[in-house]
Amino acid sequence: MPRTARDVVFVDGVRTPFGKAGPKGIYAETRADDLVIKAIRELLRRNPSLDPARVDEVAIAATTQIGDQGLTLGRSAALLAGLPKTVPGYSIDRMCAGAMTAATSVAGGIAFGAYDIAIAGGVEHMGRHPMGEGVDPNPRFMSEKIVDESALFMGMTAENLHDRFPHLTKERCDAYAVRSQEKAAKAYANGVIQPDLVPVAVRRTDEAGGETGWGLATVDEPMRPGTTMEMLAGLKTPFRPHGRITAGNAAGLNDGATASLIAAEDVARELGLPVKMRMVSYAFVGVEPEVMGIGPVPATEKALRQAGLTIADIGAFEINEAFAIQVLSMLDHFGIADDDERVNPYGGAIAYGHPLASSGVRLMTQLARRFEERPDVRYGLTSMCIGMGMGGTVIWENPNFTEGGK
Amino acid sequence: MSDTTALLKRAHELFPDEVVTSAHVRHLDLPLGAGTFALITLDNGFDHTKPTTFGPGSLAKLSEALDQVEREAAAGDIAAVGVTGKPFIFAVGADLKGVEVLKEHSDALAIGKGGHDVFKRIAALPVPTFAFYNGAAMGGGVEIGLHCDYRTVSTGVPAFSLPECFLGLVPGWGGCTILPNLIGPAKAISVIIENSLSQNRQLKGKQVFDLGIADAVFAPADFLEQSLLWAATVLKGETVVERPEIDRGEAWDAAVAHGRAIADSKVHGAAPAPYRALDIIAAAKNGDLQAGFDAEDAALADLIMGGELRSGIYAFNLVQKRGKRPFGAPDKSLARPVTKVGVVGAGLMASQLALLFARQLKVPVVLTDIDQERVDKGVGYVHGEIDKLQAKGRLNQDGANRLKGLVTGSLDKAAAFGDADFVIEAVFEEMGVKQQVFADVEAVVSPTCILATNTSSLSVTEMASKLEHPERVVGFHFFNPVAVLPLLEIVRGESTDDASLATAFGVAKKLKKTGVLVKDAPAFVVNRILTRFMGEIQTVVDEGTPIDVVEKGVEPLGLPMSPIVLIELVGPAIALHVSETLHGAFPDRFAVSENLARVVKAGKRGFYTWASGQQEIDPEVAALLQVGDVVLTPEQVLDRALSAVAQEIALMLDEGVVAEAQDVDLCLITGAGWPFHLGGITPYLDRSGVSERVNGKPFLAPGIASVPA
Repeated sequence: MPRTARDVVFVDGVRTPFGKAGPKGIYAETRADDLVIKAIRELLRRNPSLDPARVDEVAIAATTQIGDQGLTLGRSAALLAGLPKTVPGYSIDRMCAGAMTAATSVAGGIAFGAYDIAIAGGVEHMGRHPMGEGVDPNPRFMSEKIVDESALFMGMTAENLHDRFPHLTKERCDAYAVRSQEKAAKAYANGVIQPDLVPVAVRRTDEAGGETGWGLATVDEPMRPGTTMEMLAGLKTPFRPHGRITAGNAAGLNDGATASLIAAEDVARELGLPVKMRMVSYAFVGVEPEVMGIGPVPATEKALRQAGLTIADIGAFEINEAFAIQVLSMLDHFGIADDDERVNPYGGAIAYGHPLASSGVRLMTQLARRFEERPDVRYGLTSMCIGMGMGGTVIWENPNFTEGGK
Repeated sequence: MSDTTALLKRAHELFPDEVVTSAHVRHLDLPLGAGTFALITLDNGFDHTKPTTFGPGSLAKLSEALDQVEREAAAGDIAAVGVTGKPFIFAVGADLKGVEVLKEHSDALAIGKGGHDVFKRIAALPVPTFAFYNGAAMGGGVEIGLHCDYRTVSTGVPAFSLPECFLGLVPGWGGCTILPNLIGPAKAISVIIENSLSQNRQLKGKQVFDLGIADAVFAPADFLEQSLLWAATVLKGETVVERPEIDRGEAWDAAVAHGRAIADSKVHGAAPAPYRALDIIAAAKNGDLQAGFDAEDAALADLIMGGELRSGIYAFNLVQKRGKRPFGAPDKSLARPVTKVGVVGAGLMASQLALLFARQLKVPVVLTDIDQERVDKGVGYVHGEIDKLQAKGRLNQDGANRLKGLVTGSLDKAAAFGDADFVIEAVFEEMGVKQQVFADVEAVVSPTCILATNTSSLSVTEMASKLEHPERVVGFHFFNPVAVLPLLEIVRGESTDDASLATAFGVAKKLKKTGVLVKDAPAFVVNRILTRFMGEIQTVVDEGTPIDVVEKGVEPLGLPMSPIVLIELVGPAIALHVSETLHGAFPDRFAVSENLARVVKAGKRGFYTWASGQQEIDPEVAALLQVGDVVLTPEQVLDRALSAVAQEIALMLDEGVVAEAQDVDLCLITGAGWPFHLGGITPYLDRSGVSERVNGKPFLAPGIASVPA
């Protein structure tokens, strides 16, 4: 039968404030599933013209799919969020790119005609589910030297990336991290971030964490405005003696959730839903697991190739800052300055945090804000590195684009 | 404040075992830039299975929290204050254990005043105050919210009530005074009087909103977030709460009068609490809150020192605790699984039992009888009842299909009962018939299959005596209407073994019945007491006291219905039959009334007729009665009846029919609907002096259902 691929758009995205993982973090006593449920409900509340029964799929990512992140989270979260029982859902895992993969997967289904509208998001409660919880790597990884031992420890892969690019020094990374904190603080001051946050009621019974009882999480907990080079210089390098990766130039261990509405453009317009970004192409590419941070480079090249674009066509970048070195290695590859204003204009994961499988949609939400602010920008991309040696990039078109800009 | 502190300190010393509820103060930034919010979380440190309550120590903690927010509000550090609960629970009111220990009127007064003093400080805060009813809220839990300026409620709240009148108190921490001023007296009375006197009926979250108690309602998934957002819109002026004008004219008096009619229909003037509550509500018409609070304090103190409340708490604990952990039942680990049930007989009682077993046990239930027509009728009745449940929305199609599939009929006992674990008979009340039925069933069932009898008056031991395995026979005596009355008298025959008894108690629990262990004695507990009671009444009538004087005599008890009406409900023929049985066992105490026999013989269904629209003595019945010329006063009637009951209960305890007086009361409450304010009956017999006079001693030690010595 004849089939026409449909344009896929990003309608809207929200997220919980991100928290610091651990017993004193804001979400220490909050369930992971509740985080993503609250994000889904906020998404639907913000888009009242969408009848929830029209949602054809709920794809929710989590890296550690056990406990409150298990039980086919997309389906169980849909039920718990009060979506009609007719709405299906599933869980998805591509580690850090979980939510990004949720978005691209449902986008593929929409383009194919299987769905009109889907919810894509992710959650990671790294406090309740520390990285590596319950993993059981096949001994063949080591015995056959399929990967180096360091490949399973993200911080070590980032140190490996420094080895590959000696000119991308710790100082450049720290400077990048300072700018990320500055840009994030400025974005907060300008009210760019808060509109897409859903406040979360948080309970605390342990006095060690602060005031007990119910509170409300309204802002990202990991942010460290006022961070200076001097402050970063003295931090420990936990992955190697005299290494380069510190808690200051990498994203932390975080808790948080995101949710987005992805739709066929014609359906979105028919229902009067906003069209914030149009998906142009996407690509996931594997790299050597020992240097997983380089993944965005080939993923971006492939996505550009598919879109028939070049890096020069991209006017806005949202790159996940798992590690500053990973961002810099990509910029370096494409000849973009460390402090290029097109890149992460509101700061990134070094400031906001990186709750693994949720982060992909945060990048999209921030790129959508950028598109709104900059109608002169036609194309942007969201990109991230992925554990086990991968990269993922999605290229988006700005529906607000007008020739000559604002 | 020092007064309150001292008051609470003394109260806390009286009640050292209190589970203290903390009042955690936590500050948060409201959405929309509406400022800093001080949110008080009430939390006793346990999970939702131990709900948060208020005792004096808890009030002291709340008082400390208010010290803090008062300072912050005065300093301009906070924009508003809120109160909410731990997950699933807001707060379920005063800790009853703290009430039970009170011995002095002054201490009782202090409990009321202590609560008021603390709660009033919420209303007096200089910033707007909010209650977020996130979960179950009862009594003082509801009332703390009433002292706030605004309230939100979760649609997930399963239980919201002012149950004080149910127990014998009034909502005395502001409920009687504030609620009618908030939502009007008619709605307030529906909550305070009607719901609490209707077996403590609970409101759901949505109803709390519909009644106007809460100003906004949100789904549980993000209830607190949405409540805080709503609070922010109120503070910013974006949301304006408008409440309907309260009619303080005749409508108020009419509502109170209607409330008195409800109270009369429920407790017949015999319990003081609802009338005290109505007095306070009536006076609240003028909107003077402080006068209302003072009246609440006085009412609480009087009621706490009164027998009705002590009886109410005693009765509540019997139903909630003893009713759930039957006294004397063998270890439940001995119970055998029941995966299929047989019912011998397919008459009305048998069919009702089949429906109950199928609904609650969800195992196959087979009815048998002597011919196909009866079997078909029995199964047809059950299927019809299932259709009715479905029509009422109590069952969906799948559930109805499942239940109908479970209930079948058969003429072939061997095929029907061969793999059954529990067979109950509900055939004609005659020993020979029942013995034959059990012999027939024993021939086809496994050696461990329980054989249960629903007999109301025959000896279980005798019924089992001719069996190969008499140890498997238990009495399983239900009360009509089976679907409504919780009591199940579980009778241990002389041969009954622990495993069979444990199995019977296990089945009772699954049937959601209150199982009470009873010795194999004539008519067991409820029927023996009721028959003695009604027999004495009948004797008084036969001797010549007019029926209306008899009615007046028993009125102060506030029974659900008069003994004369009860005869009609039970059926004069059955009442006569039971009295004959008991007369056979105890001829000197149980008479067989010739008048009753005449009524039965004439085929009359009772003493009254309602043909004129009013209750009147049926002239045809009146013509049948041959009475003497001894006319008693109402007081003498009551004394005769109660003396008989007191004597009978004492004899039953001596015989070991049940273990303790508590079991008698539990049976009367759950099997005969005798009211909480009587505590069943023995607390009332004790406090009215009847026990002492008849038996030379009370049934219960002081403090059990009375003010401690």
